[in-house]
Amino acid sequence: MRQLLVLGAGTAGTMIANRMRRLLDPHQWQVTVVDRDDDHHYQPGYLFVPFAMMSPHDVVRSRHAQLHDGVRFVTGEVDLVDHAHDAVVLTDGTRLPYDQLVIASGTTPRPDQTPGTTGPLWRDKVHEFYTLEGAVALREALEHFTHGRLVVHVTEMPIKCPVAPLEFTLLAEAMFRGRGQRDRVEIVYATPLPGAFTKPVASARLGHLLEDRKILVETDFMLESIDNERQCLVSYDEREVPFDLLVTVPLNMGADFVARSGLGDELNYVPVDRGTLLATGHDNIFAVGDAGDIPTSKAGSVAHYSVDVFVDNFLDHVEGRPLTHHFDGHANCFVESGDGKALLIDFNYDVEPLPGKFPIPVLGPMTLLEETRANHAGKTAFSWVYWNLLLPGRLPMPTDMSMAGKHVPTPMNHTEPGTTFPEKEQLP
Amino acid sequence: MSTTTIDGRTIHVDQEGFLTEPAEWDEDMARSLSALLGIELDERHWKILRFLRADHASTGETPTLRRVSTSLQVPMKELFQLFPTKPAKKMAYVAGLPKPRGCV
Repeated sequence: MRQLLVLGAGTAGTMIANRMRRLLDPHQWQVTVVDRDDDHHYQPGYLFVPFAMMSPHDVVRSRHAQLHDGVRFVTGEVDLVDHAHDAVVLTDGTRLPYDQLVIASGTTPRPDQTPGTTGPLWRDKVHEFYTLEGAVALREALEHFTHGRLVVHVTEMPIKCPVAPLEFTLLAEAMFRGRGQRDRVEIVYATPLPGAFTKPVASARLGHLLEDRKILVETDFMLESIDNERQCLVSYDEREVPFDLLVTVPLNMGADFVARSGLGDELNYVPVDRGTLLATGHDNIFAVGDAGDIPTSKAGSVAHYSVDVFVDNFLDHVEGRPLTHHFDGHANCFVESGDGKALLIDFNYDVEPLPGKFPIPVLGPMTLLEETRANHAGKTAFSWVYWNLLLPGRLPMPTDMSMAGKHVPTPMNHTEPGTTFPEKEQLP
Repeated sequence: MSTTTIDGRTIHVDQEGFLTEPAEWDEDMARSLSALLGIELDERHWKILRFLRADHASTGETPTLRRVSTSLQVPMKELFQLFPTKPAKKMAYVAGLPKPRGCV
């Protein structure tokens, strides 16, 4: 019996196990999934918990219940991938041999990596919403926060769901406005990037969102430490951002066993071929979802579209045929903007988010890069889609991004040499 | 795509002046670009610039500050001293690579 071993029963791992179980001959292949516990979290729900728009128990279901009956589920902590001998070793000593290995162990926030984050103010005035525990603690904090300076902060890219901090900021602004407290709450968004939006079209169309709502943006802010005594963020270039309530997105890192196995980069992500997700230097190890180093968002949407490519390639791969399907980096995501509205963005490795209609050109019903109620309805309905269609591997969507329905801006005009070089004050 | 002329050489740049054709870069170009930022390059800068070029050539991406810091064992603080204020952007600019980016 050949073994397909999947490490991680999150979004990507569950989809792969379910789809491969249906496609592979049960007399020839065993499909095994390993995870440390049996709690599958609907992670997009974390954003809504602090605003009491979703309750904690709506977020968690059993992992094994999401898996096809023919998939073996093993509960255990991975110690090491012994890739020289095609086996995974668990911390209890169990050895799981594999013919093909899929690393789908995701990425997690590591507040311990930045000095002062888990200090005396942790879960008191310093919060995060990328864990269920954190989201619940933040709900309490927001309930009691009536005035002062709220700072929403991103430590370093890449992070899981890179638009979530912006969504959080916009939802918080709408919440304080609704409570009649907006004029007593100052809101600051601090980012290590050159702006809240960095892609030209999105930036031009969405930059006003923060300005109109009087949200201050602190750009190019690289956090060195959090000073608990003085209640401020301190950057490497010695800027300080004081806060009364801080919502930080800690550094994200891949699983430690990836590093222990010698398979990771500086953040424990597995270097892979961006088209096929095959781990660099290995012919029987793939890394999918957030665990790999592909240059796009760490998000369930990327996991979804990339798993489609993985599935199309896998049967060829195990028969020794060339991999003919290539992932284009396609992702789409809803961006909550408060007041019952949301935006939708659709992009890939090479095409930035553009305006237009989605998924059907001209008709929509969803609108790209614009705040609408239909987009918000789409985001709200997605939880049902996730559990009932996406995880079982039955969501019919084209894998490659489509340009149909998108409005492409006129390309920049060619200008005479020497005329466009920025003035000195505009240089980086 | 825009072009500009630096020291008599025509190069392709984006709206902020970042080179868009990595092949148009060489060490003389780095000296000219760093001079525009008021940075005089010494061996510590060169070590970083050479890493940026090599890493971009192999991965297709501009490395992050953390990647530079970990790979070269240079403390983050030192990157801020060598390329003051916005090291990620400035390093990419002088190395003739695309600037660091997010998804929207």
